[in-house]
Amino acid sequence: MAKNLWREKGMVNLAEKIYEMTGENVYLCYLCGKCGAGCPMADKMDYLPYQVIHMIQINDMESLNAKSIWICATCFTCSVRCPRNLDVARIMDGLRTIKVRAQEQTIDLREVEDLDKLPPIALVAAGRKYT
Amino acid sequence: MERVGVFVCHCGRNIAGVVDVKKVVEEVKKHPFVFHAEDYKYMCSAVGQNLIQEAIKKYGLTSIVVAACSPRMHLETFRTAAMSAGLNPYKVEMANIREQNSWVHEDPHVATEKAIRLVWSTINKVIGNQPLKKVRSNVVKRCLVIGGGIAGIQAALDVANSGFEVILVEKSPTIGGRMAQLSETFPTLDCAQCILTPKMAEVARHPNIKIYTLSEVIEVNGSVGKFKVKIRKKPRYVDIEACNMCSECEKVCPQVVLDKDFNRSLTIRKAIYIPFPQAVPPAYVIDAENCYGVGTTRCSECVKVCEQNAINLFDTEEIIEVEVGAIIVATGYDLYPKEKIGEYGYGRYEDVIDSLQFERLIASTGPTGGELRRPSDGKVPKRVAFIQCVGSRDLQHLPYCSRICCMYTAKHAFLYKHLVPDGEAYVFYIDIRAGGKRYEEFIMRVQTESKVRYTRGRVSKIVQKGDKLIVHAVDTITGKPITLPVDMVVLAMGIVPNTKEIAEILRIPIDENGFLQELHPKLAPVESPIKGIFLAGVAQGPKDIQDSVAQASAAASKAIEILSKDYIEKEPLVARVNKELCSKCGVCTQLCPYNAVEMTPEGAKVIEVACEGCGTCVAACPSGALSLANYEPKQIFLMVDALLMKIPIPEKS
Repeated sequence: MAKNLWREKGMVNLAEKIYEMTGENVYLCYLCGKCGAGCPMADKMDYLPYQVIHMIQINDMESLNAKSIWICATCFTCSVRCPRNLDVARIMDGLRTIKVRAQEQTIDLREVEDLDKLPPIALVAAGRKYT
Repeated sequence: MERVGVFVCHCGRNIAGVVDVKKVVEEVKKHPFVFHAEDYKYMCSAVGQNLIQEAIKKYGLTSIVVAACSPRMHLETFRTAAMSAGLNPYKVEMANIREQNSWVHEDPHVATEKAIRLVWSTINKVIGNQPLKKVRSNVVKRCLVIGGGIAGIQAALDVANSGFEVILVEKSPTIGGRMAQLSETFPTLDCAQCILTPKMAEVARHPNIKIYTLSEVIEVNGSVGKFKVKIRKKPRYVDIEACNMCSECEKVCPQVVLDKDFNRSLTIRKAIYIPFPQAVPPAYVIDAENCYGVGTTRCSECVKVCEQNAINLFDTEEIIEVEVGAIIVATGYDLYPKEKIGEYGYGRYEDVIDSLQFERLIASTGPTGGELRRPSDGKVPKRVAFIQCVGSRDLQHLPYCSRICCMYTAKHAFLYKHLVPDGEAYVFYIDIRAGGKRYEEFIMRVQTESKVRYTRGRVSKIVQKGDKLIVHAVDTITGKPITLPVDMVVLAMGIVPNTKEIAEILRIPIDENGFLQELHPKLAPVESPIKGIFLAGVAQGPKDIQDSVAQASAAASKAIEILSKDYIEKEPLVARVNKELCSKCGVCTQLCPYNAVEMTPEGAKVIEVACEGCGTCVAACPSGALSLANYEPKQIFLMVDALLMKIPIPEKS
């Protein structure tokens, strides 16, 4: 049975977890920076994609709190150009999934402002994700 | 009746640590043909060999089985030892109970049982072995060198200086290869022409070297000592002996074309031309594709002005057949096609050039006479970006490191700063690999003396804005994005070998990246798997001039080793034909990878010198007419029987 590494806090190997979820081996990354150089969202990011990947390599949980993983537009420019054939966008998606599955954030719909103006489908999606 | 002796080696603890050697000795003594069996700590030692020799004499042994390491290690040792005790070397066999047993098994019980089976099976084989004699053949004292670059030149000179004839085949109109295109060479910065042309001249005047330019090897048959080679010599249209390089023909030639080869499309030349002034052989050549004269129309302007009557527009292709004893392959490299890396805009932006174009631009013999001008508008570029690892170390392009780019990029940046002292040089790198003698010192000199700006980060894309090129990268150390406007970009392209055709013709294997496969990556780096064919230069793997020259000399000495012998001795383990069974279907002649089987009216015939004993024909023969010496079907079945037999299994301790 596959161990749920994420639940066993303190024993998480982030790189293995990412491999399990996405099939991408982050240890392949040699930090050339081509992903960061070509990224259209780079100037909005707190950590560039290769920096996020390096944080996964050294098992730095800070990577899960990087704003970059939510800024990533999944445009796949990095995935297409990576010289080590890493699907960087997919790794970002893996990090987002870990974050969402941990259910750390919840939304109290009663406190959402302008509830009547927001698209209902977005509220349903947000409710599913965060509850 | 056969009298077999078995000798079981402990190999220190290597074998005895897992296999119960005493038990093995005890069990194999039960074999009906075994007259003597013993074990010893190190059979390969002088004492161990002595044991074998004495046992042969004492017990009158007719066959020997040594149960020890892989036959690749010590079969020769034991065969020689047995031979000096009067035994035929082919009556000696080894059972591998180390690599294939003790090293890979942990359970002593199972390992001992396997050892008994292996030894028993080898005994069953050796009793069927025939005493054989090595096959001898004469050696043609001539060497073929394919490729006239620096590796081919060095190999040709070394072989020729040892007193043997050399045929040097080069596909372009001149020898010199890639090195002739270079401006200066790292790490000492001597000018490439200055150190190369003396060697080229030496080749030209050497009495033992025959150069065939504009030529390609199209067929090779035979084997070590006697290869039959066919060379296609394309027409040059100019008599090499008669041409005195007066250049009158070039002046009158009306056809102007792009100089794609030597000057990499940076300048123009005429249809009749010499690639560069020091070309060897020193003679003009007509580029048949572009000349008006060799087709249906005949312009003949050059013929009219040639005082030497050296030009013959009716020159034709020639097929030359030669026999050689050894072959050295030094076919060199090309740059990885830049078009494949679209994000760097090669082809769209004129000022994005490759490393060899940059070499031509800064070479004193180049199209600008050594003044650095950018291709688009001829301006002196004030800021240049040098991009490393273009194509190399990239799983989408070339997975390997091309080895030379770090060093030549450092050289480029250094030379650029000398030509344009107020210019700025940026080098984008991932790692700097400067592992050669005085290489790291050279990098240090470039960084400190010339103040070249090394930036760690792979460039993502290049776009043009006005007359500037914008390089997009990230400085991975600070994490800051870089958007750098430059005047020119030099791509340090990875290198790819020119081996595909020659590997097919010579039937030698290439590796996953297209480089020629060496026999052993560490212990036989210049030998190909086919005896008598040696490798030199980048054809075998990426390397710089220093290493290419060293490897060429190594290949030459290997070739000389063969050429200096009066005859070649070969293992007699070759295929044999039972002519009564042969149906002359010809399957064997087509399948033989060494062209060692020929069809005669009486049936298939094996050329013993060429046969490598691979067994392909034996397996394929539908009528069972072919067999391999000392690997007769009867022997193999007996071996299988022993491996599957019911034997008393030693008790578990």
